[in-house]
Amino acid sequence: MTEGQVHSPLCLRTFALGVGRGDTVLARDIALSVPAGSGLLLRGPNGAGKSTLLLTLAGLLEPLEGSVVLEGHDEDFGPAFHHCGHRNAIRPRLTAVETLEFWCGINGNAAMPVAEALDRVGLGRQAKLDAAYLSAGQQRRLALARLLVSARPVWLLDEPTSALDTEGQKLLAGLIGDHLAAGGIAVIASHDAIAVGGLGVFTLEAGA
Amino acid sequence: MSGFLSVLSREIRLSLRGGGEILTLVLFFVIVGAVVPFAVGPDKALLARIAPGIVWIAAFLAMLLGLEKLFGPDRADGTLALYRLADIPLSAVVAAKVMAHWLTAALPLILASPALALLLAMDGETFWRTVLSLLLGTPALAGFGAIGAAVTVATRRGSLLAPILIAPLSVPVLIFGVGAISASGGPDQAQAAALLLAALSLMVVVLSPFAAALAIDWGED
Amino acid sequence: MTIDTTPKMSWWNRLSHPGQFVVQTRPLVLPLAVLTGVLFVIGLWYGLFSSPPEKYMGDTVRIMYVHVPTAWLSQFVYATMAVSALGTLVWRHPMADVSMKAAAPLGATFTAMALFTGSLWGRPTWGTFWEWDGRMTSTLVLLFIYLGIVALWRAFDDQLRAARVVAVFTLVGAVNIPIIKFSVDWWSTLHQPASVFRADGPTMPGEILTPLFVMFFAFTFLFITLQLAAMHTEVRRRRITTLERRAARGDAR
Repeated sequence: MTEGQVHSPLCLRTFALGVGRGDTVLARDIALSVPAGSGLLLRGPNGAGKSTLLLTLAGLLEPLEGSVVLEGHDEDFGPAFHHCGHRNAIRPRLTAVETLEFWCGINGNAAMPVAEALDRVGLGRQAKLDAAYLSAGQQRRLALARLLVSARPVWLLDEPTSALDTEGQKLLAGLIGDHLAAGGIAVIASHDAIAVGGLGVFTLEAGA
Repeated sequence: MSGFLSVLSREIRLSLRGGGEILTLVLFFVIVGAVVPFAVGPDKALLARIAPGIVWIAAFLAMLLGLEKLFGPDRADGTLALYRLADIPLSAVVAAKVMAHWLTAALPLILASPALALLLAMDGETFWRTVLSLLLGTPALAGFGAIGAAVTVATRRGSLLAPILIAPLSVPVLIFGVGAISASGGPDQAQAAALLLAALSLMVVVLSPFAAALAIDWGED
Repeated sequence: MTIDTTPKMSWWNRLSHPGQFVVQTRPLVLPLAVLTGVLFVIGLWYGLFSSPPEKYMGDTVRIMYVHVPTAWLSQFVYATMAVSALGTLVWRHPMADVSMKAAAPLGATFTAMALFTGSLWGRPTWGTFWEWDGRMTSTLVLLFIYLGIVALWRAFDDQLRAARVVAVFTLVGAVNIPIIKFSVDWWSTLHQPASVFRADGPTMPGEILTPLFVMFFAFTFLFITLQLAAMHTEVRRRRITTLERRAARGDAR
């Protein structure tokens, strides 16, 4: 995507990472290595620390031990991580277009026009609709469209399939596939199967 | 800069479409001012004397009411966490929100202050001084409000706690705000108060986004 | 003699471990408590029996021996909290959190005592329990700030997160307190000039000054003793919380 990445390949690595909340460690000694163009599927029972790991990778939580490094990322390019959590960050009283324009405005790196992103996730006809009137699945699609309007190399997706129908799950797999094909990285926590070729799997044990 | 404007326009849109949020605030402001005569009696001379204080108290309370929507809804729907991953610093987001808060929760009150001036038997000169002092002082209230909302956003009883934390900090704003209106200490004192009020507002507006951003960044999980 | 295998740590690092902090400072509490007690006995004996009544105020001047030291502490404790807040934000020193949390209720108590004795003193001298005098008013505002900080501590579940947020608010308050003091002084009309510390030297006779200074040190040491004890309690409380959480998660460790 940028010249910097041509010189040294992008790679998301963690070193002896311990994650948790407060002083409670949920998982430790996590050593991940996700190179450009590949994705990782996080598995594990509820409470194993999948969401916490994603938040720590995003830098929203501090690692309790060890470190997270994104090798080959040019700081001038802007933030590297897209995080898509349980909550869609969608506010009633704003239309789908306005929501995406807002995210594009503060996230920078405009990659895809808002209208095109909405078409891509199948919300072209709901573009002018108040986001409160979107169904849960449609809100999820809108949240995914946020990842498209600003280019960032690493996607961290927490249960992205929740509320999505079969069509939506295919769409999600397509989006992730395109992102990886363009040299991006994806880390996905999900209990569902995601139809993307070549996803690595990392399993977190409960109460590690 | 475009990120700053994005936040600003989003906040203003949300307020304007908020189902009469601004109108409610203005009504609250006018009604608080209008019930005072029932409590102290309709003595016009007394009302005219205490009118600057009443207007400031009403504005202070009305601005406290609007604090809850500053960061609370953003935290609830996950937007606040994503601000921290945005390409603009969190302090810039907070600065935009402080500005939007002033535009939607303070400016309407100032525009509505003629109604209170009429009810409280203010004379023309006092009224203009009141408008000036509100213009100078409300930015400081917005800044303190942002700090109060930011330190309580991660707590459970935040909406109740924020006013308790902000009220003592806002004492100088009220003192200089009312001091800039009433000429009890002579015109020199009133002018000094207006200048001090302006200085205070400037300081609070510049520093509060950083303090609030720090509190949000470290209070979030 | 055992051989110490742990690497030599600086006193700063030793103190930054909560358990070590308790071990290192535990022996200090008893001597400090004894010193405080002795100072109080001397100060109270001087103040109540061995010093003459004041020329104008008579015996009521003795309230001052409690009022002035607590009023001083109300500001000193805030300074302690502000320095601890810097310790939390800048150096991430774990004991700074604990010190900040321990100091808040102590500061609120001393401030409340200063206000209470002040109003007791105000009744015979000014003829009223409460006067909107500059110093009393700003002390009242300070009390509100202390109580707000105590309430903020209690509103958080996670004490580590609470510490950083409270630290930010404490520093905002520290920047604001001088402004509040200035504005309140500007606003108040009734104002006694400060009479103990003046550039041209104290105006009080020595017989009154001696017990005042003894009480001054007695209260300051009282604060230091209580602060240390409260910090030890807080360290233990956190330890218990951690153990309880582990037990709740079914961890054997």
